[in-house]
Amino acid sequence: MKRLLAFASALPLMLLSACASPGEPTDAIQVFAAASLTESFTEIGEQFERDTGVEVSFNFAGSADLAAQLDQGAPADVFASADEVTMDRVEAAGLVRTTPAIFASNTLTIVTPDDNPAAVEDLTDLAGDEIITVVCAPQVPCGTATEEVAAAADVELSPASEESAVTDVLGKVRAGEADAGLVFVTDASAAGEDVQRIDFPESEGVVNRYPITTLESSQNPDVAAEFVAFVEGEQGQAILRDAGFGRP
Amino acid sequence: MTLASPVMPRPKNGRHASSSPRWLLIPASIGIALIVVPILAIVLRVSWDEFPALVTSPSSVSALMLSLRTAGASTVLCVVLGVPMALVLSRLRFRGHGVLRSLVLLPMVMPPVVGGVALLYTFGRQGLLGESMSALGIHIAYSTTAVVLAQTFVAMPFLVITVENALHALDPHVIEAAVMDGAGPTAVLRTIMLPLIMPGLISGAILAFARALGEFGATIAFAGSLEGVTRTLPLEIYLQRETDPDAAVALSLLLIAAAVLVVGLAGARRPAV
Repeated sequence: MKRLLAFASALPLMLLSACASPGEPTDAIQVFAAASLTESFTEIGEQFERDTGVEVSFNFAGSADLAAQLDQGAPADVFASADEVTMDRVEAAGLVRTTPAIFASNTLTIVTPDDNPAAVEDLTDLAGDEIITVVCAPQVPCGTATEEVAAAADVELSPASEESAVTDVLGKVRAGEADAGLVFVTDASAAGEDVQRIDFPESEGVVNRYPITTLESSQNPDVAAEFVAFVEGEQGQAILRDAGFGRP
Repeated sequence: MTLASPVMPRPKNGRHASSSPRWLLIPASIGIALIVVPILAIVLRVSWDEFPALVTSPSSVSALMLSLRTAGASTVLCVVLGVPMALVLSRLRFRGHGVLRSLVLLPMVMPPVVGGVALLYTFGRQGLLGESMSALGIHIAYSTTAVVLAQTFVAMPFLVITVENALHALDPHVIEAAVMDGAGPTAVLRTIMLPLIMPGLISGAILAFARALGEFGATIAFAGSLEGVTRTLPLEIYLQRETDPDAAVALSLLLIAAAVLVVGLAGARRPAV
């Protein structure tokens, strides 16, 4: 019976590992990148593929989720995080091959539905209870930035909801279920015409920096380093700038 | 010992072990491993030294209390609305009966997040009913009421289906006899049907409570997430995972314990159908 149990518990693993073929080590890399980089990194990946012939596959998710996956031994060549805290954690766990470098930055902006029903003009407007404000929870990067900005501007926010992802904030504003939200400039750019973007001076003081690194688990460190250099280089930076990211 | 249970003789209906081929043990034990191993994995992850501190932190306690309150309220709503639904579905025959029954069960198979989006387009500010409700000064989105509505939406089918099964198992002669004795429909319901289906009703309510307690997708899409107002335990776990995986694991264990309790209670009370 014991042997049967051992076999039974090993079988699914055997089936699963049969699906994950080893792949070609020379011309493919796996990049773990923060969810906010989805559009720009997809474009960067396509350019990089055209230029080098290396196949780039992405895993886009919240930075903390990606860090947890890396910690559990997920194989990846490059990690790009949306905040330095998460990268520090990955570095402390001994998972990085090279010292992380900042390649982009992001600041917060106010977004409202396109007709701005509550006539929001600046950050102080978001303090009142009569305006439905949605922000990120302090546990996620955009929420940390929100707390800092509010403190710097000496505004007491009274959010109706603290979402666990910046995309959820944007979603509630887009759907007209919130009068205002605080999101990153790049998220506002991605939403385009659906939302109105209202910049406020205090946002300049809180800059969220994006670090990138090659990983210890990389089967292909040279190509991984090449990809990082591409992101930091002229072409990569141009794409990031178009998406609304600030200079590193 | 769990291995043997799928083919254990069940004397009640006279089936014997020999009627199930032995090779079924292999897929059956893979299936069991698929459920048991992940639960074991999370139990092994718990840092027991910190466990008491993690589950008694203010945000954890607030999420737990909110979860218990909202799941309790939605269970009451499920019973108040679901028992009549089950009665209508099981006692009355009318055109569109099958369609209605399928519709009632829909939230059970629908992705909860889709339910949340649907609720948002119903009760949200721009929603079907929300617009006129806002005019009356009723705001549901971002309130604890929204959490209860989301939980009721997903949990209702569990109550309806359990009560309906209990009603089908009723002996029609008992009811006929009561009617012959001159009992009115309400009296029959109160004095005969409800007491007879009580075990089914209770296990249905327990299942609905459990489903409400675990509700995540519809809540996050419809109610938002604010400590003490809409951030229930599953939402707190999802958020804690970002910064404090140990706390997320500890709280997960709490929900697993609740689930074990529910399965035990509902199983023990399952009526012999």
